[in-house]
Amino acid sequence: MVRVEFLGPIQKEPLELEINNLNELSAVLKEDKEVSEWLESCAVAVNDALVTSLEAPLKDGDKISLLPPVCGG
Amino acid sequence: MLQLYDGALDVPTLLKEWHEEEASSNYGAYIPFVGTVRSEDGIDGLSFDIYEPILNSWFASWQKKAEEQGAIIKMAHSRGDVMLHESSYIAAVFSPKRRVALEFIDSFVEDFKASAPIWKYDLKEGKRVYAKERSTAIKGSGLLA
Repeated sequence: MVRVEFLGPIQKEPLELEINNLNELSAVLKEDKEVSEWLESCAVAVNDALVTSLEAPLKDGDKISLLPPVCGG
Repeated sequence: MLQLYDGALDVPTLLKEWHEEEASSNYGAYIPFVGTVRSEDGIDGLSFDIYEPILNSWFASWQKKAEEQGAIIKMAHSRGDVMLHESSYIAAVFSPKRRVALEFIDSFVEDFKASAPIWKYDLKEGKRVYAKERSTAIKGSGLLA
């Protein structure tokens, strides 16, 4: 089971999912109307480290974060 | 050093504290950047969300870059609401020489805008509206699309 958190302006409660990699997460979130429009502009972190590949395996207890466009300052 | 505060920053106090902390460190240059909320588009102020775990690791990577040039960096940012003419952001570089500090503050603030996990909202007529048009997608975004 992994936990998926939606940061900043994405108004959505965290999800708990049985998935093995980010490809599977992509498939789940594309079907989710609350989130699908954000996917194009979101960065992804696994256990608080940004990732650039969908292939890295996920393990039980991992935390995945979706980070929408930022504007500090 | 990274400091986060609820609400507006106390700019004079922070600049003074940072100056005093490094007063005997033999840095020749202290270059602060202060970001202040200005009146535009009828806003009453701005509001901020911060994701601290990734902000901390992002900041640590810049501290390391600063150290490699004999410099240090300090930053303060607000959480929550900051009203017009108050300040939400201070970044400062201390370095032995002026040129390093001037160039470093420029690249640091540019990357801060593009990469730091902070989300900005306009406060307008009692509502908190995500500043979508002024926001930047973090490098590598769209992985799940």
